[in-house]
Amino acid sequence: MRKGLGPFTITALVAGFAFLYLPILLLIVYSFNDSRLVTVWGGFSTRWYGSLWQNQALLDAAWVTLRVAFVSATLATILGTMAAVALTRLGRFRSRTLFAGMLYAPLVMPEVITGLSLLLLFVAIDLNRGYWTVMLAHTSFTMCFVAVVVQSRLIGFDRSLEEAAQDLGATPLRTFFSVTLPLIAPAVAAGWMLAFTLSLDDLVIASFTTGPGATTLPMRIYSQVRLGVTPEINAVCTLFIGFVTLIVMASSLAMKRQMIVAEQPVRG
Amino acid sequence: MDVQAGKQPKMLATARREFAPWKDKAASPLIRFERVSKRYGGVTAVDGVSLDIYPGEFFALLGPSGCGKTTLMRMLAGFEEPSEGRVWLAGRDLAGVPPYRRPVNMMFQSYALFPHMTVFDNVAFGLKQDGAPKGEIASTVAEMLKLVNLTGYERRKPDQLSGGQRQRVALARSLAKRPKVLLLDEPLAALDKKLRGQTQFELMDLQAKVGTTFLIVTHDQEEAMTVADRIAVMDHGRIAQVDTPADLYEKPATRYVAEFVGDVNLIEAKVVSRDANSVLMQSEAMSAPLRAICEGDVSPGQQVALALRPEKIRVTLRKPGEALENCVRGTVSDIAYLGDLSIYHVRLESGLILKAARPNITRFTEQPITWEDKVYLSWAPEAGVVLVK
Ligand SMILES: Nc1ncnc2c1ncn2[C@@H]1O[C@H](COP(=O)(O)OP(=O)(O)OP(=O)(O)O)[C@@H](O)[C@H]1O
Ligand SMILES: [Mg+2]
Repeated sequence: MRKGLGPFTITALVAGFAFLYLPILLLIVYSFNDSRLVTVWGGFSTRWYGSLWQNQALLDAAWVTLRVAFVSATLATILGTMAAVALTRLGRFRSRTLFAGMLYAPLVMPEVITGLSLLLLFVAIDLNRGYWTVMLAHTSFTMCFVAVVVQSRLIGFDRSLEEAAQDLGATPLRTFFSVTLPLIAPAVAAGWMLAFTLSLDDLVIASFTTGPGATTLPMRIYSQVRLGVTPEINAVCTLFIGFVTLIVMASSLAMKRQMIVAEQPVRG
Repeated sequence: MDVQAGKQPKMLATARREFAPWKDKAASPLIRFERVSKRYGGVTAVDGVSLDIYPGEFFALLGPSGCGKTTLMRMLAGFEEPSEGRVWLAGRDLAGVPPYRRPVNMMFQSYALFPHMTVFDNVAFGLKQDGAPKGEIASTVAEMLKLVNLTGYERRKPDQLSGGQRQRVALARSLAKRPKVLLLDEPLAALDKKLRGQTQFELMDLQAKVGTTFLIVTHDQEEAMTVADRIAVMDHGRIAQVDTPADLYEKPATRYVAEFVGDVNLIEAKVVSRDANSVLMQSEAMSAPLRAICEGDVSPGQQVALALRPEKIRVTLRKPGEALENCVRGTVSDIAYLGDLSIYHVRLESGLILKAARPNITRFTEQPITWEDKVYLSWAPEAGVVLVK
C-alpha cells in the first residue's frame, strides 16, 4: 500500500479531493462571513445562523422536507424489503428476471423522466398536488434503492436458519419476524437511511410533483438562489451538509456491522 | 456423560438384542414411505422408495454423496413434497402438512443455530412457538441442557461455543419439543474423529434415555453400524438393502452393498452344482473350486459373485490339511499395518489380488509372514456369501 504513494498519486489525490470539496469548503467558510456581500470576507460571525430562525419560509420548507423524508423512507423500507424478500425467497418463478429488471430500472432512470411520469399519473387520477404527492413520489423512487441494499444481504443468508425455525413450529410470518428480520436488520436500517437522504436531497422529482404549500428545502434554496446567493443560504446549506454527513456515516456504520455479521459464521 | 461413554453402550447392547419390531408382523410402523419418488426437473433424487420405520428405532440412511438421503429426510420434515407416493407418520398421511405442523424435528447438518439468540433462547424457540408457559419453558430448557451436559452455558451466543458444544445445543434444541421423530442430517460430520466416536455413543445413550425414534443420515458406514438398529443402504435414489448392521455385513444382498459396507473380496464365478445347503463354484481366477453355504435360488451355469470378507480368510505358510476346496496359493505383494490388524494383499497365479486380514496378537513387529512369501489362503464354506445381483 505505502509503496504506491508516489508523488503522482499524491498529486492526483489532492487534486481530486480539492475538486470535490473546495466548493463545499468555500460554502462552509462563507457561511461564517460577517459581510452581507457573499464574496467579500468581513470577519467571522455566526449571525446568519441566528437569522435563519427568523426566516419562516425556510423553516417551513425544512419541516416539510423532514416529514416527507421520514414518512417516505419508512414506506420505501417496508415496500423495498418486501420486494427483496420476494425476489430472493420465491425462487425462480416464471417472471422473476423481468420483475428484478423492473425493480432496478428506476435506479438509472433520469429523474426528469421519473418526475414527469409521476406528475402525469397524479394529474390523471386527479390527486391534489402537495405534501402527499411528493411523499408518494419519493417512496416510489427510493424503494428500489432499499430493495437493492436488502437483497444483497438476503443473498448471503443461510436458508437453513429459516427452515430450522419452521421445523420448530414457527409459521412463515413468525419466522420472518423472529429470525430473518433480526439478521437482516443492519441492511434494512442502512436502506432506510439511504432512502431518507435521497428524499432529503431531491429537487427534480419534488419540483414536478409538488403543489402549493408543500415547498421542500432544496426547492426553497434553489428559488432563493435565483434571486442571488445570500450568506443565509450558505448557513442553511452548511447545516444541511452536516445533517446528511451524519446520516451517511450512521448508514455506513450499519453496513459495516452487517458485513461483520455476514463474515461471522451465521450458520451458527 | 463423557466418562460413562465407555461402558454405557454395552449395557444398551444387551437391551437392544431383543428389540426387533420389524420382525413382528403385528407391530405398526411409525414412519412409512410408500413408493416415494422425488424429481428435480430431469434429476430423480429419490426413486420409488418404500420403507417402514418403527417407534423407538435408531434408523440410519447410508449411502454415497448425492444418493438422495437428505432429500428423503427433507420429505419427512416437510421441506420437500414427494413427486409421487406418500409419506405416513403415525398412521397419518403427511401430504400438504407444512413443516411447522409436523411432530418431527430436525437437527441440521450446519446446526442452523440462530446466531442472534443465546443458547437458552435457541433451545426455548420451539417451546415458545407452542405458547408454553414461561416456567415450563425454563424447566424444559434446563432439563435439555443437562441432558447434553451444557448446564451453565445458557447466556452464551452460538459464536462463543466450540464446534462440539454447538452440535449439542442443536441436539438439545431439536429434542426440546419431544418430537415423535428426530431427524439428524450428518450430525457429526463437522467433528474430528475422536469426538465423533465419543458423540456416537452419547447419541445412542441419549436415544435410549428419551426413547424417541431417531432417523440419522450419514455416509460413514462405521458410524451407521455403531449407532443404528437398522440401516437402509441407498444407491442412486433407491434402497439397496434394509437390515441390521450385522446382517448387512454378513449377508449383503448385492455386490453394491457388499462393497459399500466394509471391505470385501468379490470373486466372479460360475455355479457348477448345488446340494441341499451349499453350492460349488468354479472361477477362472482361482485354482481351486469354491464352496459356500447358500440357501438362495441359484442353478448350475449361473454367473454369481462370491463375497469374502478379509478377516474370514486365513493366511498360512503351509497348506492347511488336505483341503481341495476354498484354498488357493499366492504371493504376498503388500502388507498394510493398521495397528490392530495387518491387511495382506496376496497375488494369485491368475493375477487376482485378494485381501486377507490378520489380527496382530503379539507385540512383535517382526511378522512371521512377509513380502514375497508364498502363502496359502483358505476359508470355511460359511465364510463367503453367494451374490446373484
Ligand atoms: N433443490 C434441488 N434441485 C435440483 N436437484 C437437487 C436438489 N436437491 C437435491 N438435488 C439432487 O438430488 C440428488 C440427491 O441429493 P441429496 O441432497 O438428497 O443427496 P445426499 O444423499 O444427501 O448427498 P450428500 O451425502 O452429499 O449430502 C443429487 O443429485 C442432487 O444434485
Ligand atoms: Mg445430504
